[in-house]
Amino acid sequence: MDKLWLIIKREYINKVRNRTFVVMTFVSPLIFIGVILLIGWLTSMNTSDTRRVSILDQTGASYDLLFYNTADFDYNPLTDLTVDQAIQISQENEDYGLIVIERDPISGINVRLYSDDSPSTSFISAVQDKISKKATQENLAINGMDIETFKSLEINAAVTLQTYSGIESSKSSSWVKIGLGGASGYLLMMFIIIYGNMVMRSVIEEKTNRIIEIIVSSVKPIYLMLGKITGTSLAGVTQFVIWVILGFVLIVIGSMVFGIEAFQNPANQNLVAQSQDIGELQLILNDIVQLPLGTMIGCFFIYFIGGYFLYAAIYTAIGAAVDSETDTQQFMLPVILPLILSIYVGFFSVIDNPNGVVAVIFSYVPLTSPIVMLMRIPFGEITWWQISISIAILYTSIVFVAYIAAKIYRIGILMYGKKTNWKELYKWLKY
Amino acid sequence: MLYALEAKNICKTYGNYTALNDVNIQVPKGSIYGLLGPNGAGKTSLIRIINQITVPDSGVIMLNGESLAPHHISNIGYMPEERGLYKTMKVGEQCIYLAQLKGMKKEEAKERLTYWFDRLGMQGWWNKKLQELSKGMAQKVQFIVTVLHQPDLLIFDEPFSGFDPVNADLIKDEILRLRDQGATIIFSTHRMESVEELCDYITLVNKSNVVLEGKLNDVKQRFRNRTYAVSLICQDEQRVVNELKSSLEITTGEHTGLDNTSDFTIQLPENKSVAALLQQLTSLGELTHFSEIIPSVNEIFIKTVRSDG
Repeated sequence: MDKLWLIIKREYINKVRNRTFVVMTFVSPLIFIGVILLIGWLTSMNTSDTRRVSILDQTGASYDLLFYNTADFDYNPLTDLTVDQAIQISQENEDYGLIVIERDPISGINVRLYSDDSPSTSFISAVQDKISKKATQENLAINGMDIETFKSLEINAAVTLQTYSGIESSKSSSWVKIGLGGASGYLLMMFIIIYGNMVMRSVIEEKTNRIIEIIVSSVKPIYLMLGKITGTSLAGVTQFVIWVILGFVLIVIGSMVFGIEAFQNPANQNLVAQSQDIGELQLILNDIVQLPLGTMIGCFFIYFIGGYFLYAAIYTAIGAAVDSETDTQQFMLPVILPLILSIYVGFFSVIDNPNGVVAVIFSYVPLTSPIVMLMRIPFGEITWWQISISIAILYTSIVFVAYIAAKIYRIGILMYGKKTNWKELYKWLKY
Repeated sequence: MLYALEAKNICKTYGNYTALNDVNIQVPKGSIYGLLGPNGAGKTSLIRIINQITVPDSGVIMLNGESLAPHHISNIGYMPEERGLYKTMKVGEQCIYLAQLKGMKKEEAKERLTYWFDRLGMQGWWNKKLQELSKGMAQKVQFIVTVLHQPDLLIFDEPFSGFDPVNADLIKDEILRLRDQGATIIFSTHRMESVEELCDYITLVNKSNVVLEGKLNDVKQRFRNRTYAVSLICQDEQRVVNELKSSLEITTGEHTGLDNTSDFTIQLPENKSVAALLQQLTSLGELTHFSEIIPSVNEIFIKTVRSDG
């Protein structure tokens, strides 16, 4: 056990002291923020130029007055032109589009939008809404109905959400769940890929350095393997903790410096507007409190550790089986595939039906269960025995996979210059 | 005799390939033991079993009379043929880490390390990273890593490769000194002249089997084959050759005597004594050189491996 501790310590210190690790830890948050700023800037660039839309209203009912100029669109009413002339002029002016509004004997009104670009659906539906509304009102008036009366009679049915036990939840309740579940699932996937790869590289390094023979003449290979996996994961946790602290500090500083500007940003304004309703915000908080937080946090650690160890064991076996990183390709598919599959299952099946057959099966399969289960848990309604079975399967398979990985590792680290394939690996298992 | 290491009936197979087939060796305490054999003969397999890197399919290894157990790790120092250290780790830290893995206390390792650094002229290397060192320098570090925990069995696989002659000599003296201090040394190499120079005992492994084992001197005794180098000053060389040829095998000698001598290599038949040969030779001319040709380890090696097929 002393030796295991020594190995963990060395792996940890070696990783943490590594220059690329230090650079990654402190630079990648900056890169991350930079990318977000860049995206924000590009988005604002994209919308900053106003596009001109010409309108040809042939109804004589001033439909063109419905459109006001906005930051994004300049509306240009055309009068006394035929449709063909309007099209020609609009095209010559290089307009974004041309809206032609005509009377139609059957449908009442006929709207055509000419454009060589693909107008966004939000733009099209805005045009539709405006014209429909006015046309409807016109119709009502023609049929002798008073518009004011009609408006006062109009009813907007609002749906409020409640659980069977009577707890009110916000409409964004499922988004909160998806957000939390998705974030933890995604975090786990990234952690597995980044640090699993790091473990693999360090195995390959020891193999190509040939120090492995000296080490395994001092300790059992299984200790080296466990020490390596643990040491690297601790380095990973350190990195994550630093990121969280850095992120927190940056947010605090950012909101102090740019606080006012941030809320002036149109993108943020939307968010503010959405949750303007304090009641809604209260409901979201309420939702979060109502989530099975204890289970979520507990399971997060159990599945995080389990998932990481399961994959890290596979990564070490791969590292031991090859001579250089370029040879790892053929073995990577079985690692990456289940990870991607779990994310897909999580974002499609789980969100659609958290207790559906697909979601349930994938939360039992050990290679996918950590991510899928983490995404299922916020939706609740998972019985304790489902979680127990899933965890039991996961940890049993860790023991099994680690056993096989250790076997491959033990043989592989001492094999040089041999191109390894699946058949060869199978043979090693029988040594 | 007291054996530092005994391997009894060791068998090891990898799939269909037999790496070791019923191998027995006995390494006397305090000796330098040469483990010889062509590439792929099974030397490394045997060394790995002794180091508990792999386990034999059958057979036992006895270390100082006890059967091999995990705690024996600290009794063995192993320098593999393929040298390896962590390239990005500092020399001092690395040596201490590896010594700790062998079960040494940190403080003790530090102390011993200072001693060795002074001894091999490596002061000031402590905080250097391994990748900053030359190959020969790295080899010195490797040597220290092998001996730092004061093991009583040292296994060197090609210890001199990568050293310049000066440093090779330095390491050789250190090995001899360690032997004098009581360590037993197993020495695997292809460089036969160093076997000749250092080894007390040898074992020759070929195709997974031990084909020759024993004290170097005894092995050489076994390979004596009544061959002699002769130099003679005579009037008529052709006549001398003809006369000698009638009773024994004679070839031109590989050794060189004086300018005016005829040099031969003579293979003496079983029925003729050395005394009789000497008598015959002195009658033919003035005998200036007569010595038995003792086979070198190199010759024994090649001969044995060839005859083993």
